[in-house]
Amino acid sequence: MSATAQNLESISPEATLFESILELIRRTSTQLPDDVVRAVTGARKNEAEGSNAEVALNVIGCNIGLARDSSLPLCQDTGTILFYVHTPAGYDQLAFEEIATEAVREATKKGYLRQNSVDSITGKNSGDNTGPGSPVFHFHQWREPHVEVKLMLKGGGCENMNVQYSLPHPDLGNRDLKGVENAILDCVLQAQGQGCGPGILGVCIGGDRGTGYGFAKEQLLRLLDDTNPDPVLAELEERVVEKANQSGIGPMGFGGKTTLLACKIGTRNRLPASFFVSIAYMCWAYRRRGAQLDLGGNVTEWLY
Amino acid sequence: MALVKLTTPIDEQTIRSLHVGDTVNITGRLYTGRDAVHHRIHTGTKPPVDLEGQIIYHCGPVMVKEGDQWVCKAAGPTTSSREEPYQWEVMRDYKIRGVIGKGGMGEKTLAACKEYGAVYLHAIGGAAQVCAASIKRVDGVDWMDLGSPEAIWHLWVEDFMAIVTMDAHGQSLHKNVFEDSKARLEAMKAH
Repeated sequence: MSATAQNLESISPEATLFESILELIRRTSTQLPDDVVRAVTGARKNEAEGSNAEVALNVIGCNIGLARDSSLPLCQDTGTILFYVHTPAGYDQLAFEEIATEAVREATKKGYLRQNSVDSITGKNSGDNTGPGSPVFHFHQWREPHVEVKLMLKGGGCENMNVQYSLPHPDLGNRDLKGVENAILDCVLQAQGQGCGPGILGVCIGGDRGTGYGFAKEQLLRLLDDTNPDPVLAELEERVVEKANQSGIGPMGFGGKTTLLACKIGTRNRLPASFFVSIAYMCWAYRRRGAQLDLGGNVTEWLY
Repeated sequence: MALVKLTTPIDEQTIRSLHVGDTVNITGRLYTGRDAVHHRIHTGTKPPVDLEGQIIYHCGPVMVKEGDQWVCKAAGPTTSSREEPYQWEVMRDYKIRGVIGKGGMGEKTLAACKEYGAVYLHAIGGAAQVCAASIKRVDGVDWMDLGSPEAIWHLWVEDFMAIVTMDAHGQSLHKNVFEDSKARLEAMKAH
C-alpha cells in the first residue's frame, strides 16, 4: 500500500468524524429541536393577551427563529457539554473522545460555544471548553453495527436548580408516589423563574446519589411528546405537569399558566436504606440533538 | 403598566417613577458584570469605570474577535440571585440606577432599590439573540483576566427591552409570585 493510500485510510475517517461532530455542536447550539419548538410556541395560546407571560413566550419564539436563521447560539450559556455515545463492541472510544474534544475546541473558536470551562480553585478559564471533566462523555456499547451520538448543552442557570430529595421528608412525605410528587413540585416552587422556565424536568426515583442525578438527566433525552411505557409513571408525569401549571409561576416566573412543558420520570433500583428523588431542571432553551454515524464518521441520520 | 424609554446614564427621579410591570426600552451604555466582578468589587477593588447612573447587566456574553473588533454573538441575562450578597453594596457605593438580569433578587436588593433609588429589570432568559440584536457595538472590555464570560464588557445598546420586576417603592413581582404559588401548591399537595 502506498503512503498516500495509508494516509487516506487512517486520516479520512477522523476528519469526517470531526466535521460530523462539529456540525452536531453547531446544530445543537443554534437550532432548538422540533418537539421543543412545538411545545414552547404551542403554550402561547394559554397565556392572557398582553400579559408579561405572553410577552416572554413571544420573545422566546422570536429568539428561536433568529438563532436558527443566523446560525448563532440560542442562549449565550452554551452550558455543560454532554455527549451520550453508543458504539459497537471493538469501536475505539478513546479516539472518538479525542476527536470530539477537538471539535469542541473548534466550535468554541467559531462562537458556537462560549468559553465555559473554569478551574474550580484558581478561577482560570481554559478558553477552549476543555479541561478536567469537560466535555463530558457517557459511553455505552450496544449490539448495533453503527455509532449513535447524542449531545445535550445544559446551561448553568437551570443546572443550579437541580435538586435531590431523600424520603421520608418531614414536609414532603413518605417513600411513596405522593412523597415523590410533593418533592418534584417543591423543586418547581423553589426554582420559580430562575431556571428559565417554562421548564422540563428529568426525574429519577431511586439509585444512589450519583447515578440518580445521572439518570435524571438522561430522561431529558426522551422526546417531549412520548408516553412513558410504565402507566404509573405516565400518570405521575401528567399530574406533575398539570399541578405545576396551576401554580401560577408562569414563563420566567412572571406569573402565568405555563410553568412546565413536560416531566419525564425513570426509576433505578435503590438500597433498602435509601430513597432518592433526583431532579434535573432543564430550561426552555432545551438544546439536545443527535446523529447516527457509520463507522467512517459520516452522518447517516439526524435525530430529534 | 407603561412603556418607558430610558437613556443611560439615568437620574434618580426617573428611576423612582418606574413601577413593577412597566416595560423599558434602554438606549446607551450597558456594562456587563456578574459573579466574579461583584465578588472583586465586594473584596475592595474599585470598578474600572464610572458606574454612576449606569445599569449593570448580569450577562456573560459569547464574544468573538473579528480583526481588531470584538463582536457580540449572544448575550442574554444570567441568573441574578447569585449577586444577592453584593448588589446592595454596589448600589450604595457606586450609585448604579439598575441591574438587568433574570430570576429576580431578594430582600437586601429590594431594600437597596428603595433606599438608593434603583430598579431590577428582567430580560427574557435564554433569549440571547433577541438581546444581542439590541447590542449595536462593543466599545471596550475591562477585567479580561476574569475570563471572557466574567469580564466587564462595555456595550452600546439601542431599545434593549426589559420588564421592571422590582421597583424603588418596595414592590417585587418575584416575592408576590413566590407567595402566591406557594399557597396554590400547598393546597394541591398530595396527602
